[in-house]
Amino acid sequence: MTVDLPPAGAAQPALVVDSDDASRGGLWREAWRRLIRNPTAILGALIILVFVLVAVFAPLLAPYEPGSTQWSGDVTPTSVPGPSPGHLLGLDRFGSDLYTQLVYGARKSLVYGVVSTAIGLTFGALLGILAGGIGGWVDTVVMRVVDIMLSIPSLLLAVSVAAVLGQNAYSIMIAIGVAQVPIFARLLRGSMLSQGRSDYVLAASALGIRRRRIVMGHMLPNAAGPTIVQATLNLATAIIEVAALSFLGLGESDPAIAEWGRMLVAAQDRFQAAPRLALLPGICIAVTALGFTLFGEALREALDPRTRR
Amino acid sequence: MGRFVLRRLAQLVPVMIGLSLLLFAWVRALPGDPARALLGERATPAGIATVNDRYGFDQPLFVQYFKYLGALLRGDFGSSIRTGQSVVQSFVERFPATIELAVAAMLFAVVLGIPLGYLAARHQGRPVDTAVMSGSLLGVVTPVFFLAILLKLVFANWLHWLPTSLRQDPRIDATHITNFYVLDGLLTREWDAAWDAVVHLVLPALALGVIPLAIVARITRASVTEVLNEDFVRTAESKGLSPRVISRRHVLRNALLPVVTTIGIWTGLLLSGAVLTETVFAFNGIGQYLFEAIGQRDYPVLQGYILFIAIIYAVINLVVDLTYGLVDPRVRMS
Repeated sequence: MTVDLPPAGAAQPALVVDSDDASRGGLWREAWRRLIRNPTAILGALIILVFVLVAVFAPLLAPYEPGSTQWSGDVTPTSVPGPSPGHLLGLDRFGSDLYTQLVYGARKSLVYGVVSTAIGLTFGALLGILAGGIGGWVDTVVMRVVDIMLSIPSLLLAVSVAAVLGQNAYSIMIAIGVAQVPIFARLLRGSMLSQGRSDYVLAASALGIRRRRIVMGHMLPNAAGPTIVQATLNLATAIIEVAALSFLGLGESDPAIAEWGRMLVAAQDRFQAAPRLALLPGICIAVTALGFTLFGEALREALDPRTRR
Repeated sequence: MGRFVLRRLAQLVPVMIGLSLLLFAWVRALPGDPARALLGERATPAGIATVNDRYGFDQPLFVQYFKYLGALLRGDFGSSIRTGQSVVQSFVERFPATIELAVAAMLFAVVLGIPLGYLAARHQGRPVDTAVMSGSLLGVVTPVFFLAILLKLVFANWLHWLPTSLRQDPRIDATHITNFYVLDGLLTREWDAAWDAVVHLVLPALALGVIPLAIVARITRASVTEVLNEDFVRTAESKGLSPRVISRRHVLRNALLPVVTTIGIWTGLLLSGAVLTETVFAFNGIGQYLFEAIGQRDYPVLQGYILFIAIIYAVINLVVDLTYGLVDPRVRMS
């Protein structure tokens, strides 16, 4: 399920960057200055950095190949070998090295999270820009489609898409991407509509600039801030939802795959023997999601003109 | 008010038509022959012929759609590939379990979330506030199924305080009238059965309730903070009203409006979120059945349940909007 974290301060709608703001560079430079002074943002950024580094350099960090169940002979129904010199965190239920699986799990989470959010962002933004930028019947049609998508809880929407696409890695990414489409579509449409009424758009039209150039060159860059914030927050939920779909048995069919959600499933029947099998992947998911959430919230605050001095 | 209700109902019609179209297309997008997909392992030539006849898979698409719509309106949602049980019947049987779970989770979230959020708003920037806000952040980023596994590990497997799974101890010979096990126990005066059902609810409800708890606490905090800065609160203070009267009559009453919306939306979401929790605790509601249906690719069940959940979700959202309109006249005007 998608979790939209409400803002910590007063109840306020998603921010729309002031259109009469001095210049784009000014806004971003100011936001950057505020970000590096905010400990929450730094903590979030650090978590994200570690996560990305582990994902990218997984082959260097992990001593073994992922999913190699070569020590399965050492695993019995009542005992899973714990930490030893050869295996930093011990083995998992299938006889793979747990540390290796966790490291490669980061890679899977990063790729799945980023690709699915990119799918949601691309199609959602396209729909939102069409609806808000053109208006009229296009707006009506697009928003009806969005309404239909929102009529199904997002986890269920992802489940139904993944069920059609079958047992492969793409199905999860596409499913979670599709479930994010309405979020971005609504955000960009709202942003387009509110800016369509602003003075600078009126001025640009009065100068005879073509509609398409106004939308692409003026309105779109002004919607970038809130969209980036939303995408960062969505990365957190995407990583959790990837694990959730995987937990439900969707996606790749290999049970021993190095994916955090699937590792949690496998850990369930070895609970008492080796609780670390469940604890470690769970903590990895939560901490990664925390990193993106912290950074996204801090970014939202930094970009909000109302909290700027 | 009547017109408001009608307008909201009218808005639902295109959504439901669109959803039925989507689910119609969905079964046809499944890999392979749709009749074979709907029948699964029971696909005999005779069975396929029956299904083709009933759904008209060999006819033009628009004829098929109207046949499908007709079947839906007659309440015919097909039957499960695995058990042969009618989809409607299985849903009606298991839905009380999920309602029981969702209500318990929501109760936990509201009873704890509103006071915590209020406390945080009243002591902004102090340790209480920091603790509540960090706690709620942690609640939101922890995956539901991980939390469920953790709770089960600690309170059921290690401490043995609470049962690990199911809705009731099978050794208890309980009578079931409504399939709401707690209610059944109370109705039949089988106190031990009712208590046992409550005990079985605790862990799943905690796991399911943590995210709404975090959200309710945050919304309450934000909303109370906003109301505390309102002029009428300052007026009440300068009138010399006691803090208790101000907080109860002026602050809370106004601050709770957005909280009510959140509670409504989340009650709807919990019905689907229960898939993960019910799976971990083998809690026999629609969530667990849906999980089994996913695993077995039981498409008639998936199709029917998605439609049911969407309808229930829409009805809950409608009720939330109506309550909101009832409490706040400004909503009706716009």
